[in-house]
Amino acid sequence: MSESTATIRIDVLRYRPEQEDAPAWQSYIVPCTDDMSVLQALQHVKDEQDGTLGFRWSCRMAICGSCGMMVNGTPALACKTFLRDLRPGPVRIEALAHFPIERDLIVSVDPFVRKLEGIKPYLVPRTPRSLADGEYLQTPAELERYEQYAGCINCMLCYAACPQYGLDPGFTGPGVLALLHRYNADSRDGGRAERMEIVNAEEGVWTCTAVGYCSEVCPKHVDPANAVNQNKVNSAKDYFLRFLSPRGGRT
Amino acid sequence: MSRSEGAARAYVRPMRGWWRRNPFFIRYMVREATAVAVAVYAIVLTTGVVRLAQGEAAWNGWLEALRSPWSLLMHLVLLVAMIVHAKSWFEIMPKTMPMIFVGRRRLAAATITRTGWGATIVVSVALFALAFAFSR
Amino acid sequence: MKRSNAPVFWLLFGAGGMLCALLGTVLVFITGIAVPLGWPLAADAMAYPRMLVLAQSVPGKGALFVVIALFAWHAAHRILHSLHDVGIQNGATAKLACYGGALAVTLITAAGLLRVGF
Repeated sequence: MSESTATIRIDVLRYRPEQEDAPAWQSYIVPCTDDMSVLQALQHVKDEQDGTLGFRWSCRMAICGSCGMMVNGTPALACKTFLRDLRPGPVRIEALAHFPIERDLIVSVDPFVRKLEGIKPYLVPRTPRSLADGEYLQTPAELERYEQYAGCINCMLCYAACPQYGLDPGFTGPGVLALLHRYNADSRDGGRAERMEIVNAEEGVWTCTAVGYCSEVCPKHVDPANAVNQNKVNSAKDYFLRFLSPRGGRT
Repeated sequence: MSRSEGAARAYVRPMRGWWRRNPFFIRYMVREATAVAVAVYAIVLTTGVVRLAQGEAAWNGWLEALRSPWSLLMHLVLLVAMIVHAKSWFEIMPKTMPMIFVGRRRLAAATITRTGWGATIVVSVALFALAFAFSR
Repeated sequence: MKRSNAPVFWLLFGAGGMLCALLGTVLVFITGIAVPLGWPLAADAMAYPRMLVLAQSVPGKGALFVVIALFAWHAAHRILHSLHDVGIQNGATAKLACYGGALAVTLITAAGLLRVGF
């Protein structure tokens, strides 16, 4: 097959609130080479065929987390999904599932950002420190306990994967809970007790039913299912041991 | 720069039929459905306890019911469901556990799953042997 | 945010699920297939005198109660969440039906085990 003449059809779920009440599919024929990503296909459409197509993107290398969308029904990063794996097409592209569509492939992310801010996503010192105390020291073993969860790029594919989030948008969700765990598991952090209120709530870990699809789709292998379900044990400990100590069960 | 909570006319897609759209979700629903078999078996055992308390005639009636073709067929279905339950349980078990280190290496999820299966085989053989000895 | 009471039911669910994973298959095989068929266990393996001895012993009562009750609570919790998955909200009715059912099984089993005597 000659690379210069190969093409593929992509079907995009368009939504323009100023001119329609509901989304509708629109097809485009784009060139298809072995090295093209879905993002490049969308960029080709926007540059050459239809400038009105709206989608988020930035780094093109699966680190910024901007280009999350549904490709043939699976949550994926457009820059990391390749047309060569989707031949002969057509490729169905839709906005990230379980989020309200603002326009075309752009979803509303404000609730996610609010939830992320709510879990104190930063190191809370155990005791007040001054510069004179010097830097924190951390062993490789201590690093390993949280490093995987620190890989989260906030792409929200896990939210598109999580049916419990789809059914209950108030659910804190896999990504935010994985980041909550990232800080709790960091030896430098002392903010665990402050984060427990979120963990212990119904919208915390308890909406999760261990479907596990979030970990399947995560492009950074964060394993949010593990972060969430591990904290069910912590939450249960806190529930039963809270009467034994003034600040609740601590592990 | 702050913006309002999403677009005024943001479109929310319905969740109806969500689990039929992906083989992963279908497997999840099958796993969850095994709970019905567990409930049925718990009721079967409860009935047995009640019949035992009601005396020998009632108990023998219950044993007779267990020998019927319908009961045997149902228990075959329950057996398959129990195996599916065990398989899916041990697959998800590693997700509920914190990182475990053996020396300097992290314990793999597959090891945890296999340990679960190993325990099941040991317990099953032991219980079967116990039942065998008990019935002699 | 309000603290959830889920841990109580989740621990029962977990204990029941683990017990079921370890014992469920062999128990169904023994009670529902092997003994009724008379193979590979004797058809009289569950004869009245034998089962009475089992149920009248304290460890026997304990084992029967734990297995039946935990299986019921495990199933109730999972079924409740499955109802939610297919669109039925976990309101008072759903909770009463599921957890109430498990409670009923628990109480009936306890009553039966006490009635067989010691």
